[in-house]
Amino acid sequence: MSARIRESRGQEMALTAAVAVVIVLLSLLPMLRLVKEIAAPGGVLTTVAVEAGLRSPATWIATWHTLVVGIGGTLLAVLSGTLVAVLVSLTDIRGRSALVLCYVMPLLIAPQVTALAWLQLFGPASPFLKLFGAAPPLGTKNLLYSTSGIILLLGVQYGPLVFLLVRAGLRKLPRELVEAARAGGANWFTVLVTIVLPLMTPSIMAAAALAFVSCVGNFGIPAFLGIPANYLVLPTLIYQKLAGGGPAVLGETAFLSVLIGIIAMAGILAQEGMSRRRDYRISSTSLPSEPYELGRWRPVVQAGMWLLILLVLVLPLFGLVLTSLVPGYGIALTAKTATLDNYRFVLFEHDAANRAFFNSFWLSIVAAFFAVIVAVPVGYLIAWGKQRWVRLLNLSVELPYALPGVVLAIASLLLFLRPIPLTGIQLYNTVWIILYAYLARFLVLALRPTISGYHQIDRALEEAAQVAGAGLFTRMRTIIFPLVAPAAIAGGLLIFMTALSELTVSALLWSSGAETIGVVMFSFEQGGDSNYAAAMSVITVAVTFALMLVTNLLAPHLPSGVLPWRD
Amino acid sequence: MARLTLDHVTKSFTDFDAVKDVSIDVADGQFLAVLGPSGCGKTTLLRLVAGFEKVTSGEIRIGGEVVSGKGGSVAPEKRRVGIVFQNYALWPHMSVAENIGYSLKVAKLDKAVARQKVEDALALVNLQGLGERRPANLSGGQRQRVALARCLVAAPSLVLFDEPLANLDVHLRASMEDEFAAFHKRTGTTIVYITHDQAEAMALADRIAVMDHGRLAQLATPRELYHEPANEMVASFISQGILLPADVMTSEDGGRCKVRVLGTELVVRCRPGERPRAGARICCRSADIELSADASGFDGLVKRAIYQGGAARIEFTPAAGPDLTLRFEQPDPVVLENGAQVRLRIRSGWLIPAAGAAA
Ligand SMILES: Nc1ncnc2c1ncn2[C@@H]1O[C@H](COP(=O)(O)OP(=O)(O)OP(=O)(O)O)[C@@H](O)[C@H]1O
Ligand SMILES: [Mg+2]
Repeated sequence: MSARIRESRGQEMALTAAVAVVIVLLSLLPMLRLVKEIAAPGGVLTTVAVEAGLRSPATWIATWHTLVVGIGGTLLAVLSGTLVAVLVSLTDIRGRSALVLCYVMPLLIAPQVTALAWLQLFGPASPFLKLFGAAPPLGTKNLLYSTSGIILLLGVQYGPLVFLLVRAGLRKLPRELVEAARAGGANWFTVLVTIVLPLMTPSIMAAAALAFVSCVGNFGIPAFLGIPANYLVLPTLIYQKLAGGGPAVLGETAFLSVLIGIIAMAGILAQEGMSRRRDYRISSTSLPSEPYELGRWRPVVQAGMWLLILLVLVLPLFGLVLTSLVPGYGIALTAKTATLDNYRFVLFEHDAANRAFFNSFWLSIVAAFFAVIVAVPVGYLIAWGKQRWVRLLNLSVELPYALPGVVLAIASLLLFLRPIPLTGIQLYNTVWIILYAYLARFLVLALRPTISGYHQIDRALEEAAQVAGAGLFTRMRTIIFPLVAPAAIAGGLLIFMTALSELTVSALLWSSGAETIGVVMFSFEQGGDSNYAAAMSVITVAVTFALMLVTNLLAPHLPSGVLPWRD
Repeated sequence: MARLTLDHVTKSFTDFDAVKDVSIDVADGQFLAVLGPSGCGKTTLLRLVAGFEKVTSGEIRIGGEVVSGKGGSVAPEKRRVGIVFQNYALWPHMSVAENIGYSLKVAKLDKAVARQKVEDALALVNLQGLGERRPANLSGGQRQRVALARCLVAAPSLVLFDEPLANLDVHLRASMEDEFAAFHKRTGTTIVYITHDQAEAMALADRIAVMDHGRLAQLATPRELYHEPANEMVASFISQGILLPADVMTSEDGGRCKVRVLGTELVVRCRPGERPRAGARICCRSADIELSADASGFDGLVKRAIYQGGAARIEFTPAAGPDLTLRFEQPDPVVLENGAQVRLRIRSGWLIPAAGAAA
């Protein structure tokens, strides 16, 4: 008997231990290493690094800029995302799922691609404006190279993020709360202002915190729009320092990255504090309320919505495609000048671009694959596990993703600057360090849908297998994995799409021979070769869209909310 | 105060009719209960009256004014109806006083006047002094009272209740029932009250509308519903009436006629104008069934007798109808036992009108 107890315990222990090792390696280790670098570089407690960082005026300017674009971008994202969520969720607007699909799309397009697309759309070289002869003369400054340009694009990029969270909140709003107010004599607008929006404040604030963290940590947009105007935020300051100084300035950048982490955390804590005071838990479950009839305003609102889609999605992508088709900077696009040379060049001729496609594809595939494999047991422990400490586990997996990517990148650098002890394996300056960072950063993207998948499965299915004599590993393989696989795989596909054109992490970790698509795109743009950058962007966007279509095939087997673009 | 009229109201959702051709007239100040099994369309009916759903056909009038009909629909906020939901639907982000005063604020009533009205409403439901609390910190019964006060404060012409007591425990239910009755007496408001609890409906209502699969099965006073059900559904739904096949032998005379049930003849109550017919049914209650002391009645087998304290539930199969099972209660002293062969007698009953006969 006791041998059998030991055997069944053994499998669970083995699983727990394996999960713990993965989490320690991927989440706790890099964070601890970073903290050590700040507090005790070289093993002795000192405040030198902190003082040096605080003394530099560049630190303060970049911090100020980070706050300005972070708060500005958040405000814009919250306003637009909430407005769209209210219109889509509460009114009888038509073509809802198409609208949601299009509005959420910018979230899946890498920020630097968004930046490039907008730059191409409005710049003096814009093939789009040239189609109407409306392009400003060459040499004119592009208005997007400015604070407001950065704020605008951050708002466009993260409005959908707010939209998704607020929409999820609105869906849970019981119709009785709205109807009680209407029976009390309030018209629709009054109900919106006095009932719906106040009840949505927890959702809206959570969304704002998330948008703030994303804005503060964003690298692609301030890199494309800010660096040319010498407008530096903390992530771009770190990038410039590392690009100029190499490993020698690692200590300094470690301080800066912790500063970003602190700003991001402050945003999250502020939201938590405010939410605690306004905990309107809505407990009852009920049908959603009847959509408000816009009546004769419906065509107007619909037209407005599609205009918005046109502005934030269609035009920029169109501009991007046009740019990728012209042979050189500033040349107008005509039937005669149109060419596929840019595509040929980046796909077949340019060595670094070639390597980048290869690297990014396999990095994304491995990261996605790994995350799916790991998410199933980790999700099992978090969703169904009996130990209380697994909640902490969830938190530590969330951390590398919740914190800006720059933080993780610097932590990885510090961790692997020297060969790994005992083995002598050198990760620094290889593509493996990028893989490590991807694994750590994106695991949570597969874990979240997997956990919600677990919550939807009747635990009795596993228990039935248990009664039938299946051990934990057998159950994992034959029962659990097949059941949660769709959710985990959908998460894996999300990881692939995100990692494919990732820039923030790889911009700091790349080395010659270990380039990624994002990095090469960025260097093309910095070197003035926007056409090549545009061609690369179009390719990645096309791959992303194709994957979205493939992922849609999984939709019937997924818990709702796993695919952000599905209504 | 207003009269409510539903005139051939039908509500179809995409695939089926939730309310079918329902006509009800509720006089000014009347208390109407709507009773029916789950899913029969009670809530839908209420939401039609409140204006949250649009009628597919038919007309709804409140106080003589057409509020839903072919010509369109008056918005819910313009109907001056009060509504109390099963789950209370109190706004969690407002205090009790703010909840109650909401409609006054929306109507831009003078602040001082509004405050006084809120105080009065709180007093009306015995919640003085709880105005500053949050709904989350109230008990179920208190929440229900706040919901009631909230709907009353605007002096609505019509108050709608959707199973307001369904979430409360038995004791609280009884005391809230008394409060509703008292409130109705005091204010004389027209009330439509949805419930699936018959005792509640009987205790409170002037008239009861029984619904079945979206149709109005019967609209009558509690007494009439119990004694003279209009069809089999009402007969079996109300107090679990016992239905038995019967042949009508004589025409109606003085509200009675002779029928043959299970091989024995019997005089039952019936509607005026009944004529001899076959394939009819009668409805009787447990109290109508007794052990036969003489040769009258019918033989059969007691299949099961389950003692339930004070009375026993009996399942009885008559010899003349082996497919039938009579389920009834026999009060103490219980003499029927499992497997006993006994002779029963039906004292009286009600002849269910032929389908399609005018009510
Ligand atoms: N918006 C809707 N769309 C489609 N069908 C609906 C809708 N609302 C209600 N129904 C259906 O109409 C029927 C009647 O529903 P209703 O809520 O009126 O029942 P009810 O009598 O109140 O039931 P209960 O006693 O369980 O509350 C049900 O079959 C329900 O599924
Ligand atoms: Mg109902």
